[in-house]
Amino acid sequence: MLTTFWSWWVILLTLTNLVLICWVLFANKKVAVSDDDDPENETTGHEYDGIQEYDNPLPKWWFQMFVITLVFGAIYFVMYPALGNWKGVLGWTSVGQWEAEMEKANVKYSETFGQYKDMKIEDIAADPKAMKIGTRLFANNCAVCHGADGGGNVGFPNLTDKDWLYGGTPAEIEMSITHGRNGAMPPWGDVIGEDGVVAVAEYVLKMSGQEHDAAKLEKGMQVYNTTCVACHGPDGTGNKMLGAPNLTDSIWLYEGTGEGIRHSVRAGRANVMPAQADKLREDKIRMLTAYVYSLSQD
Amino acid sequence: MKNHDKVEKNIGLMMILMVVAISFGALVEIVPQFFNKATTEPIEGLKPYTAMQLEGRDIYIREGCNVCHSQMVRPFRSETERYGHYSVAGESVYDYPFLWGSKRTGPDLARVGGRYSDEWHRAHLYNPRNVVPESNMPAFPWLFDNVLDHTVTPKKMEALRTLGVPYTDEDIAGAEEAVKGKTEVQALVAYLQNLGLLLKQKR
Repeated sequence: MLTTFWSWWVILLTLTNLVLICWVLFANKKVAVSDDDDPENETTGHEYDGIQEYDNPLPKWWFQMFVITLVFGAIYFVMYPALGNWKGVLGWTSVGQWEAEMEKANVKYSETFGQYKDMKIEDIAADPKAMKIGTRLFANNCAVCHGADGGGNVGFPNLTDKDWLYGGTPAEIEMSITHGRNGAMPPWGDVIGEDGVVAVAEYVLKMSGQEHDAAKLEKGMQVYNTTCVACHGPDGTGNKMLGAPNLTDSIWLYEGTGEGIRHSVRAGRANVMPAQADKLREDKIRMLTAYVYSLSQD
Repeated sequence: MKNHDKVEKNIGLMMILMVVAISFGALVEIVPQFFNKATTEPIEGLKPYTAMQLEGRDIYIREGCNVCHSQMVRPFRSETERYGHYSVAGESVYDYPFLWGSKRTGPDLARVGGRYSDEWHRAHLYNPRNVVPESNMPAFPWLFDNVLDHTVTPKKMEALRTLGVPYTDEDIAGAEEAVKGKTEVQALVAYLQNLGLLLKQKR
């Protein structure tokens, strides 16, 4: 909202400009204003190296189009908020236009999503039409981290297998999407020392059935049972309350090689799934829950 | 018009009249906005960039991110469905210069804050193809090696204060400490994660 002064500033300058343009247009319609039939007035009187300039009027079509634009402008000033704080006869605003668009879409899509409102997640996941919507929503909102096929990436969980950090039931998936997840593995390098890091990595390699250095297992187990056990569990199968990964299988969020494991232990890992509660509507979150659930069903 | 030739033969007069003619637009469209509260006052909760965010913003400008990424969600459903609440002028009153942009090779970033994790931003900046295989964004691996120059941060904040950004003396005094030893990627991620958090709207 402009103050009265600036509102009038805009109004007066705009209208002055309009008047000036009209004046320039009409004043230049012809150079000599007097009568056309006088042969004296046939040229403008300009002469350069013997070349004279005719004093012809502006082309009619061009002149008339210019007048039409001026009339259009004047009508626009009245209909739309073009002059200072004048709201316009139509009452148009860009926000109002956006709200009308949103309202129209809400009616349309509340119908689309409404049919799944009372269905169980498992049933939505089995509905081909719903899953078509789910594919689009996933591509727009989730694929950037989890991959277009949900197959994940280093540091971003694979959603298509049966291995879940925070649980794979519909309720758990919905929880993960709505409120996000915060996975925090503390850096242990300074606490257990480089010897400890190397040893415990060998122990984890053994747990997951990979090649390892048997000589380091005893020390590794000792370190594991004092530092890692609280989250990853005595048998290394993890804890889905904390999002602590299962270390006994061949599925790795970060690299599962000796070097990769040592790095994770030494420097720690921080893994965040951003909460969508503030970002996406509930009906879309439900649809995404069903879609993600469907990815791990065969 | 009889006196036309006076203007045509006097280049000084013609220049003055040309300036008058083209200044109407600026006088009407631009000048009143300097005195319009909707464009000069911050929206509720808007804070000046922290030292790290400010350095990140300078990296953003240096690497030309604003050439491909706009920071302006227009009030159309197609935009608000993808990015969130439309942008308002009061969000960028502390931006010198603003980075609204007018071209999108990549997506708009006005509301990118909190949308992805810090880890994702790092992976993506190191090499976008690592997380988004079809991306055509350049990789910025040097951001991970370059350490910020902490000595200039307080000066930047003082300069911004003269332009009207309400930095306190404590903000400026603590700036060096906040930036010291940090890498460029840390600053850039701090900046990105702060973008557009104030206006929320469910998509």
